[in-house]
Amino acid sequence: MDISKVPENTRKKKSRSIKQGRKWSKIISYLLLIILSVVFLFPFLWLVFTAVKPEREVLTFPPRMFPSVWKWSNYPEVFKLIDFGQYYLNSIFVSLIGVFGTVLSSTLVAFGFARLKGAGHGIWFALLLATMMLPSQVTMIPVYLIYSKLKLVNTFVPLTLGAFFGSAYYIFLQRQFFLTIPKSLEESARLDGANTFQIFAKIMLPLSVPSVITVALLTFMGFWNDFMNPLIYLNDQSKYTLALGIMQLQGSHVVAWGPLMAASVMVIVPVIITFFVGQKYFIQGIATTGSKE
Amino acid sequence: MSRKRTTLLFYLFISPWLLGFFIFTAGPMIYSLFISLTDFSGIGSAKFVGLANYAKMFTGDPLFWKSLWNTFVYTIFGVPLGLIAGYLLALLLNTKVKGLGVWRTIFYLPSLVPAVASSLLWLLIFQPDFGVANAILRWANLPTSNWLLSEAMSKPTLIIMSLWGAGGGMIIYLAGLQDVPTSLYEAAELDGAGPLRKFFTITIPMTSNVIFFNLIMGLIGSFQVFTQAYVVSNGKGGPNNSTLFYVLYLYSNAFSYFKMGYASALAWILFLIILVVTVIQFKFFGNKVYYGDSTN
Repeated sequence: MDISKVPENTRKKKSRSIKQGRKWSKIISYLLLIILSVVFLFPFLWLVFTAVKPEREVLTFPPRMFPSVWKWSNYPEVFKLIDFGQYYLNSIFVSLIGVFGTVLSSTLVAFGFARLKGAGHGIWFALLLATMMLPSQVTMIPVYLIYSKLKLVNTFVPLTLGAFFGSAYYIFLQRQFFLTIPKSLEESARLDGANTFQIFAKIMLPLSVPSVITVALLTFMGFWNDFMNPLIYLNDQSKYTLALGIMQLQGSHVVAWGPLMAASVMVIVPVIITFFVGQKYFIQGIATTGSKE
Repeated sequence: MSRKRTTLLFYLFISPWLLGFFIFTAGPMIYSLFISLTDFSGIGSAKFVGLANYAKMFTGDPLFWKSLWNTFVYTIFGVPLGLIAGYLLALLLNTKVKGLGVWRTIFYLPSLVPAVASSLLWLLIFQPDFGVANAILRWANLPTSNWLLSEAMSKPTLIIMSLWGAGGGMIIYLAGLQDVPTSLYEAAELDGAGPLRKFFTITIPMTSNVIFFNLIMGLIGSFQVFTQAYVVSNGKGGPNNSTLFYVLYLYSNAFSYFKMGYASALAWILFLIILVVTVIQFKFFGNKVYYGDSTN
């Protein structure tokens, strides 16, 4: 329809009704966003306020959102009930080693797949992608038996060694990033006499800081949140990581809800800090794996 | 660089993964297949029993079927609901709202909470006697529930819990939605297409690659659900085995009953199920997915 032929007054009326419609849909959007935000935030608020509630108030019905007295001592109580400081150190140690190993191996392997089209390239890349589909349970038992034979159960080795051999998901993510770096940079470096390893270390890596940070952050979360591997491999309480350690507060008879929630807050806080520090990288990285296959 | 040299360097660079593939994936897979044909407690020697573990699974173990059923129910409801919730959130955020970063963070953060911590939190919220879920229902004059302590409600409750993490998918959808060229919508508007029509003929097809990715990863993840069920049932899969999911049952067989052979057989059946389900998805949807113009 040629808009110039529409009489002036109908055109105005129409644009006003469109504007009105837009305005209403805006209001509905914000209303929905506010309601949904309350729903999504509510569990967090419940967690934070329960963490400072006296036990008696946790157990009354109907429960109240805010405590009558703020029982901050639930936090130090956690350290008395379980060896929380030790679990914290263990989690930090395991996560940092895991991040280091993953970043090191994933960048090397990703460079190989992104830039070196050697014989067999296609087959190995297909295999790499295929391993993403393999449920870890298939290899879990034999790998456990091997570590058990090597007397490495109840150490941090089974939790961290695998990281040094790369993880398909992070290799893929890193490769996608390497592919976006123009090849002309390497070509001119090669003319200046740089070898392949120098190109990797001096050109590709420095240009990949965003994706390396993404991989580091995601790996950190993965190790910090991991429950199944510590559950399988760690027997001594002194070796427990946080995920495993806080389960002790959920004893078989009595649950100390206040301290349990205080402990949960302390487990979640590093994750939230990590997210806010690297928010930009996070969202980019996750979106990349999903949309660019 | 010569072809030979490139090949050499290629293998040098991928050697960490290549080694890992043989040590942690291919080798153990073969070992696992062998163990699945034996009666083995993890120590001492394995006794070869042929296909007895597989036969027992299908003919003499009601818990195998129970755990398979539980996982099936959790997946068939949880995955589509999670996909729809994540997609709707992304659509809502893609309407040029102000403060996008803040809303996005609010919806995304829950998906980052460690599964152990979030499960413990929900366990408190869903306590029948003093949990806030029942308090809200009572306040609204609705019937209350025993939630995780009820055989009928335990799985729906776990699905509700999983929806708190729908923001993970949302981030991926949002990126997909932002890649849809606005010119398509403008052209459709000129042709007189309404909002619903635009949604079904442009938005959905143009984001089909991210929907497909989330569907595949969602199903694979859902089949392996473990931590939530372990935490809320204290590792037992109760009440009355209603949260005994497949991997929890596998774990119990391997590390509580030390039936490594049987657990390995369970793992292989899980692998086959995931393989078949994934292949079916590629068969049915693979050719309908739009991957954009990129050639990577």
